[in-house]
Amino acid sequence: MPDDTEAAAGSGEPGASPRRVRIPVASVRADAPQFQIAAKNPRRAEIVAGSGFLLAAVGFAGFGAAYWQNYSNFWLAVTFSVGFGGLGYGMVIWGKYLMPRGPFSESRHSLAPTQAQREVFIDDFASRGKVAVERRGFLVKALGLASGILGVVLAFPFIRSLGPLPGRTLRQTAWRRGSYLVDITGRKIKTGDLEVGGFTTVFPPDDIGGAYSQTMLIRVDTPPASGYLTPPPQFAKQRATWAPQGYIAFSKVCTHAGCPVGLYQELTKKMLCPCHQSLFDVTDAAIPVFGPAPRPLPQLPLYIDDDGYFRAQDGYDEPVGPGYWERGND
Amino acid sequence: MIDALFNWFDERLGISGSGRKMLNKIFPDHWSFLIGEIALYSFIVLLGTGIFLTLYFVPSSKDVIYEGTYAPLRGQPVSEAFASTVNLSFAVRGGLLMRQMHHWAANIFVGSIVVHMLRIFFTGAFRRPRELNWIVGSTLLILAIFNGFLGYSLPDDLVSGTGIRISFSIVESIPLIGSYAAFFLFGGNFPGNSIVPRFYILHVLVLPAIMVALIGAHLGMLVRQKHTQFPGRSHTPRNVVGTPLWPTFIAKTTGFMFLTVAVTGILSAFFQINPVWLYGPYVPYKVSYAVQPDWYMGWLDGALRIMPSWEIVGFGHMIPNVFFPAILLPGITFGVLQMWPFIEARLTGDYAEHQILDRPRDRPKRTAFGAAVFSFYFVLFGASATDVLANYLSISLNVVLTSFRFLAIAVPLIVFPVTYRICKEMQSVPTAGQRKRANIVLRSAAGGYTTVRAEQRPGDAVPRVDPLPLDEDVEFVPAMTGIPVVSDSSPVQSQPEEPAPGTSDLPRGGIFRIPRDYR
Repeated sequence: MPDDTEAAAGSGEPGASPRRVRIPVASVRADAPQFQIAAKNPRRAEIVAGSGFLLAAVGFAGFGAAYWQNYSNFWLAVTFSVGFGGLGYGMVIWGKYLMPRGPFSESRHSLAPTQAQREVFIDDFASRGKVAVERRGFLVKALGLASGILGVVLAFPFIRSLGPLPGRTLRQTAWRRGSYLVDITGRKIKTGDLEVGGFTTVFPPDDIGGAYSQTMLIRVDTPPASGYLTPPPQFAKQRATWAPQGYIAFSKVCTHAGCPVGLYQELTKKMLCPCHQSLFDVTDAAIPVFGPAPRPLPQLPLYIDDDGYFRAQDGYDEPVGPGYWERGND
Repeated sequence: MIDALFNWFDERLGISGSGRKMLNKIFPDHWSFLIGEIALYSFIVLLGTGIFLTLYFVPSSKDVIYEGTYAPLRGQPVSEAFASTVNLSFAVRGGLLMRQMHHWAANIFVGSIVVHMLRIFFTGAFRRPRELNWIVGSTLLILAIFNGFLGYSLPDDLVSGTGIRISFSIVESIPLIGSYAAFFLFGGNFPGNSIVPRFYILHVLVLPAIMVALIGAHLGMLVRQKHTQFPGRSHTPRNVVGTPLWPTFIAKTTGFMFLTVAVTGILSAFFQINPVWLYGPYVPYKVSYAVQPDWYMGWLDGALRIMPSWEIVGFGHMIPNVFFPAILLPGITFGVLQMWPFIEARLTGDYAEHQILDRPRDRPKRTAFGAAVFSFYFVLFGASATDVLANYLSISLNVVLTSFRFLAIAVPLIVFPVTYRICKEMQSVPTAGQRKRANIVLRSAAGGYTTVRAEQRPGDAVPRVDPLPLDEDVEFVPAMTGIPVVSDSSPVQSQPEEPAPGTSDLPRGGIFRIPRDYR
């Protein structure tokens, strides 16, 4: 059998030879304390471990029954866990008490190579490399060119095609001059739809449910004598007619991290973002008075048309939502 | 039969030679070495339950009308992802169990990685030659956190959708490339239709594949470099003392794996997790109160909350507020974490190889630093519950938030010196870490008093046995098999290596495979 001899000679492993080769150690005796099992009473340990496995058998059978009978998640989970718990318990007891208790040790050698080994490796690597690569400067450059171009063109399918460029989408919303204020069902909002202290989320008709055009319309007060809510002094001129009849509208996208600023406290007239608890003062141009939000919510200029419907005088005059690198331009 | 099968593979792959060494791979007997195993086994639970979930989950944002078995949602427009999540929870037998186990296992996975890492940190196991494995491990932590986030975002429910909205703002806040990165990652402006399918393929294929490879590398390096060990009797830098892989460690660790599965199952039996049908489907203009992410994102959420409302604007550009807590802070955190072995070596000037672990008390500066840093993240974690705490304690949100801003700075400054003092105190107590023994005061007949130390407790007084070296060529017949010991002094012929010191008349058989001569 030439194959056999070849295999045996080739491997040279102790296990490959027909007869085991053993190197005994003088100090080790088969009855050494390390070989003794840890249990004082092996019979008892065996019973305990065995009960674990039997419990596992019951658990798994129960799981099968529970599955078959379409019991609730609770019973599926309990039987499943009893099964695995029993199995694990039995195995751990078996390993801990019925196997040689040790301790044993193995020796450890530094993995760092000797100087000679390292030199041989570097020598081989470098000298072969010299012959094979260094003398072929042209090939190296041509290969580099081809791979470089591959790298650049791969960036297109793997990066550029992933999404559209931001363009102006972060700067403008769907609100336009004259947009009606509609709720999520598409119903146009008109004066008298909200009680004092009431609020609702409104959208422009062509972007109902839109993540960026969502706007909070709040009836802050009864109609003031002037017809408009008074803006804070710094906006006295610009926003004088933005909040007619005690109604005011702010972007609902938090200027901090973009969550919907969904809560309105009627008593304090403040809007609260439930994500990170920024608080915006509705009577003071929605300036953040508390929390991490750095900027006021943009205000939507409103007017009431001849039929009593709310409409936007214009879109937002600044980007809504959280900041981004290019935003400083606006 | 098994012998024949084994031989078939052995002859083709040569298992016996190198496999023989593996049988004797030693695992130290210390509870703290189990924590990494919890991570490994919860990852296995994640893979198993995750495969089940992919069979029923539909990764699509397409709107459908829910017509399933859960009555309160019937007739509502939801995304296919949300509908299929509710369906696999209610209509698929065992589906809810698998889903809950998957979510619990994810929480346990990240948790055990963190605790494992703390053990490695405080005992100095990351020092040379194991810096590389520390980097692999900390990369696994980062990937686990990311993949956990991706995973709980998939059901497209109101809570996770809000989380995605925040993460869009976070990516958007990166200077220079932020808005482009956000548009490319999310396939356009928020919300779009690409998020669920993209998160899905990252969550079930890309990240798990990388993690499996890294876990392989982690364990491979562990086997190659062998375990560290605590200082102790007969523990030297030149050996590893403990339990051999086969059969003892295999039995214990397999049992431990089953117990990890069982605990995950018990959690999913008794504790509901992420009931998305109660949150409802995600719509961009809705938000629920008391929104908290999974615990491992808590420190980021807390950082977002307590960050003062600063923003840098100038030269036509802006560095938004969220950049500091959500990009810069994790960047520094993970950067320092990954580079820690090199940072510490630079600070201490200790570039030597270390196989013996430190007791944390013996490295008071490192321990104090680690505890202070950890307490900082713990405060941030607490800060992610400002609204809940304010509600629960009936105090104003302002007070809670301001105190957390204060605590985030004060707590680490207190923890550092306190930990340092505790370490120093423990160093000066010779019996620190050992069980206390009472001093018994005796009164003699003459009226004098003497003090005697109490006996050691039985468990503590077990005589310690020196470890038995299991070097590669040494095999043993354990006494437990009851196999009579037969003399076998056949000389070593085919081995040119030096025989182990001395020769005895004892045979060396396998543990379970009894050599044919003895049958």
